[in-house]
Amino acid sequence: MIVVEDLRVTFGSGDSLVHAVDGVSFRVEAGETFGLVGESGCGKSTILRALCGLNDNWHGAIAVDREVMTPKRPKTFFKKVQMVFQDPYGSLHPRHTVNTTLMEPIAIHGLDQADRRIARVLDQVGLGAAYRFRYPHQLSGGQRQRVAIARALIVEPKVLLLDEPTSALDVSVQAEILNLLSDIRQVARLTCMLVSHDLSVIAHMCHRLAVMNHGKVYEEMSVEDLEAGRARHAYTRQLLQASLGYDRRLAADAAREGLEVG
Amino acid sequence: MASETTGATSPLLTVEGLWVRFDTPHRVVEAVRGVSFTLGREKVGIVGESGSGKSMTGRAILKLTPPNAMVQAHTLRFQDVDINAATERDMLAVRGRRISLIMQDPKFSLDPVMRVGDQIAEAVPDGSGTSKAELRERVLDMLAAVRIRNPKRVYGLYPHEVSGGMGQRVMIAMMLMPNPAMLIADEPTSALDVTVRMQVLAILDDLVTQRGLGLMFISHDLNLVATFCDRVLIMYAGRIVEECRAADLHKARHAYTQGLLASLPRINQRRPRLAVLNRDPAWLND
Repeated sequence: MIVVEDLRVTFGSGDSLVHAVDGVSFRVEAGETFGLVGESGCGKSTILRALCGLNDNWHGAIAVDREVMTPKRPKTFFKKVQMVFQDPYGSLHPRHTVNTTLMEPIAIHGLDQADRRIARVLDQVGLGAAYRFRYPHQLSGGQRQRVAIARALIVEPKVLLLDEPTSALDVSVQAEILNLLSDIRQVARLTCMLVSHDLSVIAHMCHRLAVMNHGKVYEEMSVEDLEAGRARHAYTRQLLQASLGYDRRLAADAAREGLEVG
Repeated sequence: MASETTGATSPLLTVEGLWVRFDTPHRVVEAVRGVSFTLGREKVGIVGESGSGKSMTGRAILKLTPPNAMVQAHTLRFQDVDINAATERDMLAVRGRRISLIMQDPKFSLDPVMRVGDQIAEAVPDGSGTSKAELRERVLDMLAAVRIRNPKRVYGLYPHEVSGGMGQRVMIAMMLMPNPAMLIADEPTSALDVTVRMQVLAILDDLVTQRGLGLMFISHDLNLVATFCDRVLIMYAGRIVEECRAADLHKARHAYTQGLLASLPRINQRRPRLAVLNRDPAWLND
């Protein structure tokens, strides 16, 4: 469904040239959920932004649903591919009601039966009709993220790109949103890409994942490999250990390595 | 309860019946509702979700709550200081000097136009009689203590020239200059990458074990607190609903703590759906 080959994205120029994404390749099959995991600045979000057309300054090859992508995307692309962002406080217009927010994609794509679509999608994300005319400030963080998911789903996309969809939420709310995403991707037969810094979230949601650092994919693995601790790259093992919590002995190792590099 | 971990010494900090209220046009919001605990020379974690009152508890101890907050406590004592009765002037002798606060993001806590070494030196109280050369030596020693390999180079850098992890170590170095007895760390590693996080935690760990500091570690990360701290207080809606040894957190008895733990995704215990927390109104009062 998604093929990315030798993707490169740079920011700045001259001395301050940064290779944010430095020759990344991967494939995501239809119906699969593929995870990109890494720390801040590793280039994982930049890949999603290039994929969905928010960043048109990239090199390499991107194909979605057997269509080769150019930097400029036709309107039909956005009916097929939708994105959910990290911060539900920033991604919703504060002076638009839920209804207005959901009407926008309907108008853009000239979809019929607006009323029925909105009612159905609000139901699907577990909000219901009672929330239809509320403003974002009347909603909790989790409810806002449900609206953002509804906005993506309303055009009935084939691909859903998720950029840290739960990292601004409390763990109990995170569980609700992850369950919701699991349900809808099954019902709507979505192909998903999930970007997160949290290895346990990736492990919970994804079939396969790529571990990124410094704009490169260090290693691609199945979630079964991850679960069994079959990490080939030292960096993946570090991420794995860190996700299990603090360990005095490992911290000493990390400190020693830190001394060597910095 | 604290005695087993603190030994025979009396606690550094005693909090009994702490309330923090905010008077809003609609109603009085109770952010902290009758919190009691003690802190010895140990690592005590305070965990809870956003709005549980964990940060406000830390702020109240330093009298750094917003102006519209009403703080009340039966006892609020730090060593020989009765914080309850302390004036703003008294607090100046406590804040930063005897109790330090480490915050989440070094990017917003450091002065961008001052060399980091000079900022650290500034943390030494005026009139301590230290010469400039001595002061510089002390800063370099402190930078080395927080495991910065080339202190002389880092001394002359500006905040934008240091990485997030190094910035956080600079912050810790600054907080330690006056040799405080207690540290309040409010999500000190949330903005850091995992590998750097381990190093910063190791530094805090050493400070408690080697210098005998008391550390109040405020976090939303249950896994981290369970593995890093000695004791854990779990806050919900402004109250401490459970207190246990960090190592026993997985045996938590309160339904809220159990619910939180169950809602965490885990790499080695994957399941199709995560447990969802059903909030019981009774938790507000029991």
